[in-house]
Amino acid sequence: MFLLKLLARNAFRHRIRTFLTILGITVAILAFGLLQAVVTAWYAGANASSAARLISRNAVSLVFSLPIAYQERIRRIEGVSSVSYANWFGGVYITEKNFFPSFAIEPKSYLDLYPEFVLAPEEKRAFFQDRKGCVIGKKLARRFGWKIGDSIPLKGTIFPGNWEFVVRGIYSGAETSTDESQFFFHWQYLNESLRKTVARRADQTGVYIIGLKNSRAAAEVSLAVDATFKNSLAETLTETEKAFQLSFVSMTEAIVVAIRIVSFVVIIIIMVVVANTMAMTARERIGEYAIFKAMGFQAHHIAGMVFGESLFITSAGGALGIILTFPVARKFGQLMGDFFPVFQVERSTIYMDLVFCLIVGIVAGIFPTWRAVRIKIADGLRRVG
Amino acid sequence: MSTSAEQHAIVTINSVSKAYQRGNQPIPVLEGISFDIVRGEFLALMGPSGSGKSTLLNLIAGIDTVDSGSIVVDGVDIATLNESDLARWRAAHVGFIFQFYNLIPVLTAYENVELPLLLTTLSRRERREHVEAALEVVSLSDRMEHYPSQLSGGQQQRVAIARAIVTDPTILVADEPTGDLDRVSAEEILGLMARLNAERGKTIIMVTHDPRAAEKAHIIRHLEKGLLNDVSP
Repeated sequence: MFLLKLLARNAFRHRIRTFLTILGITVAILAFGLLQAVVTAWYAGANASSAARLISRNAVSLVFSLPIAYQERIRRIEGVSSVSYANWFGGVYITEKNFFPSFAIEPKSYLDLYPEFVLAPEEKRAFFQDRKGCVIGKKLARRFGWKIGDSIPLKGTIFPGNWEFVVRGIYSGAETSTDESQFFFHWQYLNESLRKTVARRADQTGVYIIGLKNSRAAAEVSLAVDATFKNSLAETLTETEKAFQLSFVSMTEAIVVAIRIVSFVVIIIIMVVVANTMAMTARERIGEYAIFKAMGFQAHHIAGMVFGESLFITSAGGALGIILTFPVARKFGQLMGDFFPVFQVERSTIYMDLVFCLIVGIVAGIFPTWRAVRIKIADGLRRVG
Repeated sequence: MSTSAEQHAIVTINSVSKAYQRGNQPIPVLEGISFDIVRGEFLALMGPSGSGKSTLLNLIAGIDTVDSGSIVVDGVDIATLNESDLARWRAAHVGFIFQFYNLIPVLTAYENVELPLLLTTLSRRERREHVEAALEVVSLSDRMEHYPSQLSGGQQQRVAIARAIVTDPTILVADEPTGDLDRVSAEEILGLMARLNAERGKTIIMVTHDPRAAEKAHIIRHLEKGLLNDVSP
C-alpha cells in the first residue's frame, strides 16, 4: 500500500513529463490497435472462411469461367455433400464510388452452404421466388438506406448494362467477422440476360463452392475434382475456401507486412521514449535512492520502486489506449466501411497491448534500476543538496 | 583509553585505513585510525575539508567499507557483513541525520518518519505509535501531514531527526546537521541532539565544521589529512 502510494506520487512529481509520456503510450497503443485491426480486416475473408467448403475455379485464372455443366459432375464426387456456384458481378450503384461486392448466385444451395448469412425464413422464401430479387447485408442496407421492397439499379462493369433488382431480404452475420456488406442475386437472372445479349458468356460461372461431408477430406476431394476435369477445355483449380481467400490477400501481402512492421515500430519508439523518461527520473532521484539504501532498503526495494513507477506509467497509458481503441476503431471502421467491411479489434490485439505495456514498462526500467541499485550510498548522498 | 571505557565502548575503530582511486592513483583518506566511542557519548569529528571526517562517519555507519582495519559496533565487525546483512544492520542500528535533511519530498512528515519502520515487522498501529512518539520528541506533532516543502529548514531537520530515532537505533550519525541552517534553527537542532543524548542516552557521532556545534559534544576529535590529530575532553 505504502509502495503504491509512493509510486503514484513519484510518477506525478513531474506532471507534464508524466502526462506527455502517458499520452505517448496511449497514442502508441491506439495506433498499434488500429493497425492490427487493419491487418485483421485484411484477413477477414480468410478468417471467416469455413474449413468445410472448397472453392473450385478455372485453373488458368479467375478471370476465366467454368461451364455450369460441371455442377452435376462435382456433386457425384465422393466426399461432396453439396455444390453451389457464384459469379462475381462487379456492379456499381449510380457511380463507381458506390462500389460493393455483388455476386450472382444459385440462391438455395448457396444460402445452405453459407449459414453465417442469417435471413428470416419469409425473406428467404421471397428471395427464392423473385427472379429479380436480391439479398443484401445489413451494413450495405444501412449505408444506402435500402429497405425491403426497394428497387435498386446497378450498373454492370463486367456484364455491361443497367440491371434492376428488388430487395427481398436483408441478412445479418452470424459472427462478428461475417461480411455484412455484400449483395446477392439470382444467377439465372444474369444468365438469361447473357443468353440474349452475349450468348457465348452464358451457362458459365466464376466459381463452384463445394460443401464437404468431412472437412478432413478437403485435400482428397480437391484432387478428385481437379482430376475429374483434367485435360478438359476448362481445367479446375480446387482449394480450401481459406486458401482461396488468402490468394487475394497475397496480392497485397507487401502492404500487410508494411503495416505490421509499422505497428511494431510504434511500440519500439514508445519503449525508447519511456526508457528515456525513466532514465531521467532515476538520474534525478539517485540521491533519494542512496537515502533509501542508507536507511536499510535493499536492492529489491529500489528495483521495485523504479520498475513499479515504470509499470505504473505504462499501465496508465496502456489502459487509456485500450479504452480508446474501441470507439476510435468503431469510428474508423465506419469511415473506412467501403474498404474494410469487417473492422474490429480482436481480443488477441488487446492481449498483445497488455503484453507490450508490460514489456515496455520492464525494459524501460532495466537501465535506471541497474544504475539505482549499483550506486554507492556515499556517492549518491554527495549528489544531494 | 581506560579499562572502564573499553567495557562500555559501543564503537571500536581499529587501525582503519581507506583510500580512493583517482585513475590508477590511490589517494589515501584515512590512515591507521584507532579509537573507541563509549555508549551514550556525544562525539564531534572536526577537521578541514578533505581530512576524512565524513569518510570515517560513513565507515562507522556502514555505508562505505574499510580497506584495512576493523570497525566493531555493539559487538559486530561490520566489515565482515555482506551487502544485504549490512543493509539490515543499518536499518536496525543506525539513525542518519544529513546536512540537507534528505527527506522524501512526495511524502508527508509522518510518512517520512514511518519509512524506516517499513523494514520492521511492526503492525500499522504500532508504527503509528512509534511515529507519533518520535514526532512528539521533536515537537512536530502538529505538522505530521505537512510535506517537506511546507516546512522550514529547521523543521525539516527535526523531521529528519525523528526519522533517525524512530527505530531506536544504537548510534545516531549526523553529517553537518546544522550546515544548511540559520543560527537560531541550528541552536534548536543542536539543543535537540544534546537532549536526545542527555535524556535518552543516544550515542551521537557528529561531523561538523562549526566550533559552536562541536561545543555541544562531550568529545571532539580532530582529523587532518586522514590522521587523528587531537582529543578534546
